[in-house]
Amino acid sequence: MTNPILETRKLTKIYGQNTIFKDISLKVNEGETIVIIGPSGTGKSTLLRCINLLTSHDGGQVFLDGREITAKGFNEDEVRQQIGMVFQNFLLFNHLTALDNVMIGLTKVRKMPKDKAREKAMEELIRVGLADRADHYPGQLSGGQQQRVAIARALAMDPRVMLFDEPTSALDPELIGEVLNVMAQLARDRMTMVVVTHEMGFAREVADRIVFMEKGSIVEEGSPDDLFYHPKHDRTREFLWKITELYGKKEKEKGGKS
Amino acid sequence: MSDFIAFFVRFLPDLLKGASITLLLTAEGLSAGFVLGLLATVARTYGSKFWRGLAVTYIELFRGTPLLVQLFLIYYGLPGLGLTLSRELSAFLALGLNSGAYQAEYLRGSILAIGDGQMMAGRSIGMSKWKTIWYVILPQALRLAIPAWSNEPVSLLKSTAVVFLIAVPELMAKAKSIAAKTYDPIGSYIAVAVIYLAAVYLLDAFLRWLERASCIPGFETEGRKA
Repeated sequence: MTNPILETRKLTKIYGQNTIFKDISLKVNEGETIVIIGPSGTGKSTLLRCINLLTSHDGGQVFLDGREITAKGFNEDEVRQQIGMVFQNFLLFNHLTALDNVMIGLTKVRKMPKDKAREKAMEELIRVGLADRADHYPGQLSGGQQQRVAIARALAMDPRVMLFDEPTSALDPELIGEVLNVMAQLARDRMTMVVVTHEMGFAREVADRIVFMEKGSIVEEGSPDDLFYHPKHDRTREFLWKITELYGKKEKEKGGKS
Repeated sequence: MSDFIAFFVRFLPDLLKGASITLLLTAEGLSAGFVLGLLATVARTYGSKFWRGLAVTYIELFRGTPLLVQLFLIYYGLPGLGLTLSRELSAFLALGLNSGAYQAEYLRGSILAIGDGQMMAGRSIGMSKWKTIWYVILPQALRLAIPAWSNEPVSLLKSTAVVFLIAVPELMAKAKSIAAKTYDPIGSYIAVAVIYLAAVYLLDAFLRWLERASCIPGFETEGRKA
């Protein structure tokens, strides 16, 4: 058994009277793609934000490469360089071109010389298929292109793990595919990824493991086959049934992947 | 009318001398106010409780009292505390402090509009809070603030007129002395109004250019596109 690259132990988040999630223990091994699914308001997004310390937690621990990053006095900014994050609403820096969006972390955080940073940023844009959009501003790009730039921006920091927070939820249906393709390629390149999504087709085909969360707890986790075809819990079955009914039609239109 | 033109031309050199002091005071007050306003608003939005309190106190005090009262307190009041400042320095301080409080409010609106999202994005790639403010939030917030902020230079330019009351020889002071010399208050105050008007017009043209030149491609607002 190899040591997990990312691990949460009994991670808990409480907002006032509300427990967002409780005692979440999750292990992510190197090169693995974990997809977290579950109803809205289950704390999936907050969980991702707690993992890269964008939101404070109220109990438990997070380990990256065996080091506890939730320990007092741990350098948060350094942790976040190693955990890339892609947001639902892209959150590109609107005043910078695509290239500068990808470069800024390299020059201002990593202190890389400009020409080297530009070279690396360009490589990342090539990786997401947007080399020809390098000098476009976010406002001049489609949603799908913006999200791919956001992925490139996170990749440029050479993170150990990438977190995706519903990366396609804000996109028009015809733009979802280009983003999922980039993510699938990352998974094939053995990038370690934790993805919160409602895209069941992606979960089934790309995930090594699927985690079903509800009401702030992990109900069940397992391989896509286990969860989709032999769920242990009724709630998992119900949720998957509902969501496949919702999205199933759309997926058939995409060409009936399953 | 031709009388007025003759009058205007006769006193123009004198008035322009005053106008140059008015413009200098405006530029100084605006610059000092910008730095102060920026600091105050960043402190108010991102600072610890202490800095937040300090910034709010400053902004409320200087927005809540008349410029003239501030000017008199600095020029006539401070000597009582053992601090005597020259007329020009007093004028500069009062205008800068006053303008800073207003500029802080213009900037605050746009910083809030940029939102927590950009802060989160900056932090997510490992930038510190202050780096994110400097490289991500402010470049966007300052651009966004320009249309509303454009009121401030114009308003400040006109506000400088009050400093004639502590005998700084700016435009308004010139007008008053010309009026006294010529017994023609209508002529001299109209002349000075014309110069203020021209200065505001030029300033406006510059601000509109600044707004266009600084806008982010793809983020033009409807109004700017038209």
